[in-house]
Amino acid sequence: MASLIELLGVGVVRDGKTILDHVDVTVGDGEIVTLIGPNGAGKSSLVKVALGLERNDTGRVTRREGLRVGYLPQRFAVDQALPITVRRILTLTLSADEARLRAALAEVGVEDLIDESIHTLSGGELQRVMLARALLREPHLLVLDEPTQNLDVGGAVECYQIIQRIRDRTGCGVLLVSHDLSIVMAATTRVYCLNAHVCCSGHPDDVSRDPEFLRLFGPAGAGTLALYKHTHDHSHTPHGEVVHEHHHHDHGHDHAGHDHAHHDHGGHR
Amino acid sequence: MDDFILRALMAGIGIALVAGPLGCFIVWRRMAYFGDTLSHAALLGVAAGFAFGLDPIAGVIAVCVAVGALLLGLQRQHRLPTDTLLGILSHAALSFGLIAVGFMDTVRVDLMGYLFGDILAVSDTDILWIYGGAVLILGALAAIWRSLLALTVHPDLARAEGVAVERTHIVFMILIALTVGLAMKIVGVLLITALLLIPTAAARRFARGPETMAGATIVLGALAVAGGLGASLRWDLPSGPAIVAAATVLFALSLVAGGLVSTGRRR
Repeated sequence: MASLIELLGVGVVRDGKTILDHVDVTVGDGEIVTLIGPNGAGKSSLVKVALGLERNDTGRVTRREGLRVGYLPQRFAVDQALPITVRRILTLTLSADEARLRAALAEVGVEDLIDESIHTLSGGELQRVMLARALLREPHLLVLDEPTQNLDVGGAVECYQIIQRIRDRTGCGVLLVSHDLSIVMAATTRVYCLNAHVCCSGHPDDVSRDPEFLRLFGPAGAGTLALYKHTHDHSHTPHGEVVHEHHHHDHGHDHAGHDHAHHDHGGHR
Repeated sequence: MDDFILRALMAGIGIALVAGPLGCFIVWRRMAYFGDTLSHAALLGVAAGFAFGLDPIAGVIAVCVAVGALLLGLQRQHRLPTDTLLGILSHAALSFGLIAVGFMDTVRVDLMGYLFGDILAVSDTDILWIYGGAVLILGALAAIWRSLLALTVHPDLARAEGVAVERTHIVFMILIALTVGLAMKIVGVLLITALLLIPTAAARRFARGPETMAGATIVLGALAVAGGLGASLRWDLPSGPAIVAAATVLFALSLVAGGLVSTGRRR
């Protein structure tokens, strides 16, 4: 299976500073790939290089022929001077009939916002509208740059559930950027831990035990990454309960829980 | 009505037609200072026009396009912020323009006219220029409208979705340069930006979408031209400043009316 997008040995240097150094990242069909790293680790640069918005100085970026990308930028704020409705934001660069617009908004649960001014939306509503906007493009690959940064914990969990549901329905690949380790997506296929170079990568389980990861985020970070398993374990329960789980986690239990859930998920797919 | 008044009114409304929609993008994109820079550069264009025996409008357009290109080039180095670059270009162009005009005895007499406009002296040829230019500008703007709006909302998102960002940006700059060239005669180089900004600001309160805002801006701009012209004739005011003053009155009224609207319903 050819990758949707593949970065091989990608390097970016700006003003003599190395932003990215020999980075290898691939995203395939149906995969959820999470990119984590501290602030300034080059996560957004990597996304921009992957999307072709910024030039890489070394290495190669290969996008599958005819790849359609749905992109959710890190910051999205429309200047107050520009009056614009949700409907118009959805149709900025594509044309779609009413039914399609409503269907896309309904999929993320904000159908009733279609004629609202973009300036009156809450952070969570805006994020959903932007997801609907990306969905309208029927993307092969969703690129989400810190989609949960303005959301509270409950909002973040819901956001991840929506993303997972979209992946399950459409089979698209997902490239997700996060600096927040406290919740990471349940269904993540692969984590890349970035700090200019890829410190470590692999299944969330393996990464959380990797010495490089521990060095970068400390034991506290490693503890929180265990939350993968909890959210994973509880991916079938209604949302909300997932959140308070991580206060009383214990590692031995986690592993059993995770293995079980992982099998579950494999069958589910 | 006298011929010269009719011509002035037609010319002013022609300018309002293009200044409205372009002014909206200047406000939305926070480029007010860019408009200012181009209008200051216009004086250098007038001098260049005379020096090369061209129509001053052609000289203005050429110099404005050159300044826009220079800005794009300077922006590629990221060490100095854009407002600083604009400040340098703006005042450099104005200084060079004043020096160049100072060399020309024949133009010196008309300096006030170029600085503040002389809408009552508009000729049939000027009107032809203005409406020819307006058709060209509005046609080009319609062609890039969608791309320009997308990149105004979010440049990276627009680029990721296949919008030709660079090309759209360059076309937009050229359109502003053309507008400055056309509007110079009406309100003068010092006040062109006011004609681009003030009706737009007045329209903001009453628009729900970008297109309705552009339309409302045209109407308010035309009203400002008519009101300013009327006041100018009645009280013998300088016409350019009178038009800008009328636009400012409309803006003040929009604040009052907008206040009433927002107490009536939440927006």
